[in-house]
Amino acid sequence: MTGKSFFVDLSRCTGCRGCQIACKQWKNKPVEPTENTGSHQNPPDLSWQTLKVVRFAEKTIDGKFQWLFFPDQCRHCLDAPCKMVGDSEVPDAIVQDPETGAVVFTEKCKGLTAGGVREACPYDIPRVDPATKLMYKCDLCNDRIHAGLLPSCVQTCPTGTMNFGDRDEMLALAKDRLAKLKPKFPKAELVDADSVRVIFLTPFPPSAYYKYVQFGDASPRPLSRKAFLAKVMRPLRAFG
Amino acid sequence: MTNHWIDIANSDCIFIIGSNAAENHPISFKWALRAKDKGATIIHVDPRYTRTSQHADVFARLRSGSDIPFFGGLIRYILANNLYFKDYVVNYTNASFIVSDKYDFKDGLFSGYDAEKRAYDKSSWSFARDDAGQIKKDPTLRDPRCVFQILKAHYDRYDMKSVSSVTGTPTADLQKVYQTYAATGKPEKSGTMLYAMGQTQHTVGVQNIRAMSIIQLLLGNMGVAGGGINALRGEANVQGSTDQGLLFHILPGYIPTPNAAMPTLAEYNAKNTPATKEPQSANWWGNRPKYMTSFLKSMYPNQEADVSYDYLPKLEPGKDYSWLSLFDVMLGGAFKGFFAWGQNPAASTANANKTREAMTKLDWMVTVNMFETETGSFWKGPGMDPKKVKTEVFFLPCAVSFEKEGSISNSGRWMQWRYPAQAPRGDSKPDGDIIYELFEKIRGLYAKEGGAYPDPIKNLNWDVATNHAFDPHKVAKLINGYFLKEKTLKVGDADKTFKPGDPVPSFALLQTDGSTCSGNWIYSGSYTDKNNAARRDKTQTPMQAKIGLYPGWTWAWPVNRRVLYNRASVDPQGKPYQPEKAVIAWQDGKWVGDVPDGPWPPMADQKGGKSPFIMTTEGMGLIFGPGRNDGPLPEHYEPLECPVGDNPFSKQLHNPTALKFAGPTEVHASCDPRFPFVCSTYRVTEHWQTGVMTRNSPWLLEAEPQMFCEMSPELAKMRGIQNGEKVILESTRGSLWAKAIVTERIQPFTVLGQTIHQVGIPWHYGWTWPKQGGDSANILCPSVGDPNTGIPETKAFMVNVRKA
Repeated sequence: MTGKSFFVDLSRCTGCRGCQIACKQWKNKPVEPTENTGSHQNPPDLSWQTLKVVRFAEKTIDGKFQWLFFPDQCRHCLDAPCKMVGDSEVPDAIVQDPETGAVVFTEKCKGLTAGGVREACPYDIPRVDPATKLMYKCDLCNDRIHAGLLPSCVQTCPTGTMNFGDRDEMLALAKDRLAKLKPKFPKAELVDADSVRVIFLTPFPPSAYYKYVQFGDASPRPLSRKAFLAKVMRPLRAFG
Repeated sequence: MTNHWIDIANSDCIFIIGSNAAENHPISFKWALRAKDKGATIIHVDPRYTRTSQHADVFARLRSGSDIPFFGGLIRYILANNLYFKDYVVNYTNASFIVSDKYDFKDGLFSGYDAEKRAYDKSSWSFARDDAGQIKKDPTLRDPRCVFQILKAHYDRYDMKSVSSVTGTPTADLQKVYQTYAATGKPEKSGTMLYAMGQTQHTVGVQNIRAMSIIQLLLGNMGVAGGGINALRGEANVQGSTDQGLLFHILPGYIPTPNAAMPTLAEYNAKNTPATKEPQSANWWGNRPKYMTSFLKSMYPNQEADVSYDYLPKLEPGKDYSWLSLFDVMLGGAFKGFFAWGQNPAASTANANKTREAMTKLDWMVTVNMFETETGSFWKGPGMDPKKVKTEVFFLPCAVSFEKEGSISNSGRWMQWRYPAQAPRGDSKPDGDIIYELFEKIRGLYAKEGGAYPDPIKNLNWDVATNHAFDPHKVAKLINGYFLKEKTLKVGDADKTFKPGDPVPSFALLQTDGSTCSGNWIYSGSYTDKNNAARRDKTQTPMQAKIGLYPGWTWAWPVNRRVLYNRASVDPQGKPYQPEKAVIAWQDGKWVGDVPDGPWPPMADQKGGKSPFIMTTEGMGLIFGPGRNDGPLPEHYEPLECPVGDNPFSKQLHNPTALKFAGPTEVHASCDPRFPFVCSTYRVTEHWQTGVMTRNSPWLLEAEPQMFCEMSPELAKMRGIQNGEKVILESTRGSLWAKAIVTERIQPFTVLGQTIHQVGIPWHYGWTWPKQGGDSANILCPSVGDPNTGIPETKAFMVNVRKA
């Protein structure tokens, strides 16, 4: 059983933020008090109330201006460092659905050291509600998947950026799309495709979008010893 | 749209200008990107780099208000390099027509200009005729007085260097756009032009669209799959509401509103029914009397059409009743009452302070909306003293779109039936019920008290409800039309007898004798034996599948035709110019594919064949367009507020016929050092119109919480403004604050040798909510408009920006 995967084709993303809003809507998340800080990116970051945020970056790459959009969310690692760290404190506070592969934070996360879990994540995803100590991140819309629906963000995407399905199908789609884009975008790649369930296709180098797009890109990142161990263990357990 | 959303995927080249399609019409990019997957090129031309530009293969900047030079240069490029589709131009456009000797163009003015009236006598913008009344033509296109040569001479002034100096677009970028788009002039290639308010909200708005139409005709891009002139409409049902006669100058179905110089139906018909001597012209508007009579019968089934024509209100000839004029007149105290129905003019109307002041002159206002708006609350808004405002305001809560049943018509003219998802909340009601109950009351008062001229009220067909609830099906059936008397008509080759109450199957069967009614002839066929707008049938032929055409999915006006002017997609023998994406084809003596623009055989059939542009009097695409108020060919004029003192193309700096008003609210600042920057208004994905619905949707407001002003790093540096800081924008009409977004996506222009800065602001905010959101961009915008439509010039005006 290879479970499910997302294929996020950033060559098609228009930064419309339908996914960001759809996520909040399905999860019925409260609104953060935001203000315009000189950017269209809002809320400015992920939080326990915002599990998916579209990040905007203005970059000049090879002499050409680019406005890059990155719908950031949990990657649902095949072997999730957050779970490895979590299990060492409270076993099964973080669980992985054997059927879909979704990595899910449970109520038991209250007992975890939130900072350690966040540091373990190569993509800087987990967030904590300081009032309840509950930890939050994308859960792959696991409830929707089991009900035969698409994740909320995928359902709403108008351009075909967000795709979801069986992992082998998504990998095939991703590879096919990458091959088609290569002539025009020679630096295009499938980011960490072997180790995550949310596979981003980046036409430009991943670091141009945001610092935590690719595993290890943002190093040196302060890694806890446990997270470090989790990281070195990862390739051994990875499967396609 | 002449075409429709899915059809964008059929294009070889998508030219987006005056539109931020990716942000404001996200669905358009579903199809634009599919076209790109198949190898299409996307061109984006805009003052700023937007999310649309990011997906464009070719991006070029132009200064707001310089579209006609940009297009004029493209027309010149196409003609100079012989890149036009010659057979198409000769056979399907008026390029070969000989223009009247009296027509002239000199120094930016067309013949017939009356400086005192600021209007044209258009009689000289006509064609030379032979003794039989037929238009003289030169199919070789060489006659110096033929449209083609006049076009060539007119745009000869728009050379690359002059165009670049006015638009601020570097010549290399112009060259790239021109070369890329002109390549669609090959018969086998199609190019589509997508536009929105960035093209229309100018004092030359209509001529911007005319310029695009000329380009599309020269390149043979009208009527084909992946072609057309495609207005991306800014509101879910704005197409439908325009179709149904929302605007002052038209009745439902684009029938002109009668004016007082047409006192009888016979005189109305004489003045509004075009005639032609061109043997192959279908001259479809020649049928107008059938549509007018059927419309009158839908309103007054028991009256003779002559009598019910008397009932219709008449316009004063020559008087403008468009939006800006209404508020100008309101400011003068001419109105007692005002219904703001589903609208928020205190935020949506250019020169918003003037509009808000005008509302203080009313005795009463009724606002029908879902939320509190700047309009309903104008009396307690900024600068208002509630004690001094006499206007009494009534607020009627209405249901949301998904709480009611009915149809909406999208940009692609598809009439789509919708069902209520839930019941309206509290005491709110569907608009239909509010109108129904209101009119019941009004009619009751007339019955009780009499009143002046009660007949039009008493006799109105008001069978729109079932058990005292508004019934959208009844209205839809009335719009479609039905027989009022028994009538036997030829349908195909056979006679068919229709009984009173039978639905009219198509507008071809509407009559002038009062035997049929139809609320809107173009919707005839939408609700026949069944509600065709409710269809969700994906069946298609292999030919239709190639171009994403689904004839059984909802219903499109007219007669379920999905691509307008599709007879221009085939050669005179009926053979598709683009066989791989054919829209229609003449096979075995009949048309296959889309519903053709009329049943006649192809044009090569001298006896029965018809020219493709059936809605024009001569049947040809109008390169020379004699009907507009400001000229038969687009000509560059600067916006009424502009940063330059000269127009290199003529001595006329501004459109000499632009709609403008007098008084202290109407001061315009051109080349005024107090207001040095060009400003444009626009929209974001997250908000809709004045933001009444979206500012009240917390998740959307969270994503775009405040009024902002996008500016270049150069301008920010010059004014000492940091990214994210509060700034003040001011024009001669007012001022407002915004958060600065300093971005390389905005760049200064070099225009006529000077550096010109441009800034941009969204218009979705208003003072009522959120409290720290800012106010309407329209406070800054001038109340000047296009001479044809009255649409305000909110895309190019002058402001100052400074640190708050």
